[in-house]
Amino acid sequence: MLESLGGQIFNGLVSGAFYAMLSLGLAIIFGLLRIVNFAHGTMYMLGAFVAYIGAQSLGLNFWVALVASPIVVAIVGIVLERTLLSRLYKLDVLYNLLLTFGITLFIEDAMRLKFGMQGSPYVIPNQLEGVLNLGFMIYPTYRVFVIVASLVVCIATWLLIEKTSLGATLRAATENPGLVRAFGINVPALITGVFGFGCALAAFAGVLAAPVNNVAPLMGDDIIIPTFAVVVIGGMGSILGSIVTGFLVGVVVALGAFFYPPISGTLIYILMAFVLLVKPTGLFGTLEGSR
Amino acid sequence: MPEALLSVRNLQAWYDESQALFGVDLDVREGEVVTLVGRNGVGKTTTLKSIMGMIPSVKGSVTLHGSEILGMPSHKIARLGIGVVPEERGIFSGLTVRENLMLPPVIADGGWSTERIYKLFPILDERKNSIGTKLSGGEQQMLAVARILRSGARLVLMDEPTEGLAPVIVNAIRDLVLDMKRDGITVLLVEQNLRFATKVSDRHYLMVHGKIVETLSNEEVVHREGELLAHLGV
Ligand SMILES: Nc1ncnc2c1ncn2[C@@H]1O[C@H](COP(=O)(O)OP(=O)(O)OP(=O)(O)O)[C@@H](O)[C@H]1O
Ligand SMILES: [Mg+2]
Repeated sequence: MLESLGGQIFNGLVSGAFYAMLSLGLAIIFGLLRIVNFAHGTMYMLGAFVAYIGAQSLGLNFWVALVASPIVVAIVGIVLERTLLSRLYKLDVLYNLLLTFGITLFIEDAMRLKFGMQGSPYVIPNQLEGVLNLGFMIYPTYRVFVIVASLVVCIATWLLIEKTSLGATLRAATENPGLVRAFGINVPALITGVFGFGCALAAFAGVLAAPVNNVAPLMGDDIIIPTFAVVVIGGMGSILGSIVTGFLVGVVVALGAFFYPPISGTLIYILMAFVLLVKPTGLFGTLEGSR
Repeated sequence: MPEALLSVRNLQAWYDESQALFGVDLDVREGEVVTLVGRNGVGKTTTLKSIMGMIPSVKGSVTLHGSEILGMPSHKIARLGIGVVPEERGIFSGLTVRENLMLPPVIADGGWSTERIYKLFPILDERKNSIGTKLSGGEQQMLAVARILRSGARLVLMDEPTEGLAPVIVNAIRDLVLDMKRDGITVLLVEQNLRFATKVSDRHYLMVHGKIVETLSNEEVVHREGELLAHLGV
């Protein structure tokens, strides 16, 4: 019982690792661009596909993909931001939400046309095969790696934003972009970079997900809907909040499913409804962020 | 008369459909401190923002050292050596005092060192890790000016630096502006406080409804203080 409870907590940490990376990217993009990037799940899917295609056609291994795929997807994001999103900043943010939704439909269908629906397996790198004895229980090595890699990337991103001068510029631009620009900082370039970085985070998560699930055109949809619920629970406006909430929700949902299996699919939305009733700005959200 | 550092000619500006500036003409020569006075809503802030490239819809001409800058993106204008001390100070609540101070990039040599700034305003050193907006209004104003001096800007656009501040702090800001002037920094200052303006400025432009209507010397401002105060409604 205790062993399987521990396993379930770790399963929760694994899903939480994905929620955290994705909601972190969403939060950073939302902070500066004020848009909810509906295409975020698509970037995650593209991240997995770049790894898959790289392995199939170029023989790239997992470790190369972990670096190369976020770079490729960041470039895709940068091109999308420069050519499409940036044209709509003068209009209501709703237009960009619709645009990112359209981009999602477009890219997903293009991928379905090319790769079909059912998806393809991606093998676990041999260094991470097998199981790890954690002392109190045994758990697949690869899944432990997912938790650690996500923590490292999330904390590094948080430190970058909170502790560096680039991060300070970013926070200032979130607050008053016009003034930051008048100080001589190229804010439009900063916005492009931030969008690219957010997409890279999603792609990194996508590569990590490739060996766990099949690589499939609709894999982004499966993760992005619960991630939006995580964002609502955590609230917009806090970087650390999005990371903590990601892991927290992963574990709570896994525990809920352990004690009462029928609730597993809906618990996250019940949590979301509950938080909306009790604290509409979310656990870590501020009015500023939700404006 | 030497050629002006900053020349504004027939500057017009719009917010959506509504026009805010109706042909502003003014000159600021190197090393001068010039004020822009006028009642609330005449377009003083809009004039500064238009010069800085922060208003999308503008017409006319703004030249710096004789070259046109109107229509350039504001981050490029800043890099030509212009700094802003905005209305209501523009201190960032998401940044510490030190981060606020270090935020504007150094755009030219000869800016104030942090040592010089900390010597003049020890509070900015003592409170460097507090949130910027936790400083008092006067301290925030010092920070807003200090960060621009650090950047090395040679022309500073200041929007109502004394607004809402106690007399001792107004005096401290007066000394700071005089210090800047001694350093050869050129200042275009928006000000409602005429006493303050006459102590730091060389000349004054009176603005009415989106236009400059008069240029006044310090003596004229002192002489006509009552009339001007009634006009400004302060
Ligand atoms: N963001 C804006 N959108 C629409 N109209 C604006 C905006 N900012 C200013 N205005 C209008 O433009 C005109 C000039 O405003 P501006 O802020 O330049 O005046 P000001 O002289 O600086 O006034 P104050 O002394 O109150 O600071 C005013 O009629 C004002 O209502
Ligand atoms: Mg004003």
